[in-house]
Amino acid sequence: MGMTIAEKIIALAAGVPEVKAGDIHTVNLDRMMSNDGTTHLTVDMYHNKLKHPHIADPKKMVFIVDHNVPSDSPKTAASQKKMRDFAREHNIDFWEGKGVCHQIMMENYVRPGELIFGADSHTCTYGALGAFGTGVGCTDLLYGMVTGTSWVLVPETVKFNLVGKLPEGVYPRDLMLTIIGEIGANGVNYQVMEFTGEGTKTLSVNDRMVLCNLAVEAGAKTAIFQADEIALEYLRERGREPKAVFESDPDAVYAREYTFDLSKIQPVAARPDFVDDVVPAKEVCGVRIDEAFLGSCNNGRIDDLRVGAKILKGHKVSDHVRFLVVPASQEVYLQAMKEGLIEIFMESGAIVMNPNCSVCWGSCQGVIGENEVLISTGTRNFKGRAGHPSSKVYLGSSATVTASAIKGEICTADQL
Amino acid sequence: MSVGKIFKFHNDLDTDQIIASQYLLLPNIEEMKVHTFESLDPDFPKKAKPGDYVVGGENFGCGSSREQAPSVLKALGIQAVVAKSFARIFYRNAINIGLPVIVCKDLPDAVQTGDEMELSLTDGVAVANGVTYSCTKLPEYMQNILSQGGLIASLNKED
Repeated sequence: MGMTIAEKIIALAAGVPEVKAGDIHTVNLDRMMSNDGTTHLTVDMYHNKLKHPHIADPKKMVFIVDHNVPSDSPKTAASQKKMRDFAREHNIDFWEGKGVCHQIMMENYVRPGELIFGADSHTCTYGALGAFGTGVGCTDLLYGMVTGTSWVLVPETVKFNLVGKLPEGVYPRDLMLTIIGEIGANGVNYQVMEFTGEGTKTLSVNDRMVLCNLAVEAGAKTAIFQADEIALEYLRERGREPKAVFESDPDAVYAREYTFDLSKIQPVAARPDFVDDVVPAKEVCGVRIDEAFLGSCNNGRIDDLRVGAKILKGHKVSDHVRFLVVPASQEVYLQAMKEGLIEIFMESGAIVMNPNCSVCWGSCQGVIGENEVLISTGTRNFKGRAGHPSSKVYLGSSATVTASAIKGEICTADQL
Repeated sequence: MSVGKIFKFHNDLDTDQIIASQYLLLPNIEEMKVHTFESLDPDFPKKAKPGDYVVGGENFGCGSSREQAPSVLKALGIQAVVAKSFARIFYRNAINIGLPVIVCKDLPDAVQTGDEMELSLTDGVAVANGVTYSCTKLPEYMQNILSQGGLIASLNKED
């Protein structure tokens, strides 16, 4: 029986010729990432709960401080110090303030064919390079750190056949929100979303990251693209080699199949408080906003900043809106500076922040107050996600967010 | 498991509601647990007693992978979480820390907050308001982790 890309990666990591959905296997992990959202708890457990504290291979570990950067309180500073000290003591790669963890991982570590655990739900982003990345909690991370292994229940794969090309002014984020709106927040629970079809050839690695990153919002264990020439070129530019390049077998078994015609996708928005409450963006036009956010592991890359800057150039941010622009990494930030994008943002009245998770995770910077409204390129719009429980978050593309920041109410770029 | 009171929550209950982001970097679970379900019911940590149950609908625990979510429930003494379905990371985290979670399709719609229930993980049944509901038993692999007290306890048993 044939296997999907995800099944082949698990089989390789388990050291067996074949796996099938529903099997439980012990796998060797290629890499583990942990950020400041939970690492202080992992470190405490390492010191206080383990009979034999030990790290199987420090070279497989990456610690990234990205959630509350710079720290916002003495307690946060203490939690981050615990993480920093542990990383130094055990020779673990440590990044702080350099970017959102998944952007750092994609720029520096992820290779096709790898099986990666990250103590963050958006670890599914790594499928953009044909890797199997999945989110875990800190106990799983600790177990992996100590043993170099973990257990995996092989998930079913659901095929998403993409055809056509996105129209001008419509972005991968509109596509992924549309897919989530259609299949629901529970649509692919414990399954893998495999994106395939000729439409994938129109999507860059950055575009693919947008799709894979949000897969968890439909319940997926991960999402994956075949590592094709586009992915291998991204890898070559960064001096990395694949671990293994897989494609799904013609007789691979899929739980279901969907087809999405990219040319039919329109700008959409997810309404508060659920990511799958997706409507055409025009339906929510006119909603007055207090803040707009362009950034996050979903939409803080150079492509997204270019879209925002192009729309913003020659305009001013509305005088009742805080427009936060947060490049996803220092690499992105520096590129945006070279291209003059940061100048455009600042001259228009945007607040350009250091690379970090920012208001997408609702702590640290940009938090919104009682009854305030945010339009965001972040990952989630759950109740209170960006601050006060009564506040509201709409999700839209970088174009919709920027246009809304200018107008002071939700609007699409073509309505400016 | 003993008889306990039910606290019922809606479909697609995300982990931000269980414990909000701004509390995740507090030093430990004890400091976090007083903020459990703060956005939905700020008095929950006072009202919930050891031995009580949380009941959810579909996709319970979706969103963020924060292990603090099952951890604060366990720290408050919640005996088990019963739902129509679970989001995978919450489900796995709960088992890893030794908090029983069980899928029960029919019970959630038939009960309200304040009702009492009793659960048998090994038999895979729950009894509430005099009605017995069958639940989906955990796979043996996960049951083993739970019965050893969680993943780290099981690791400590290896030598």
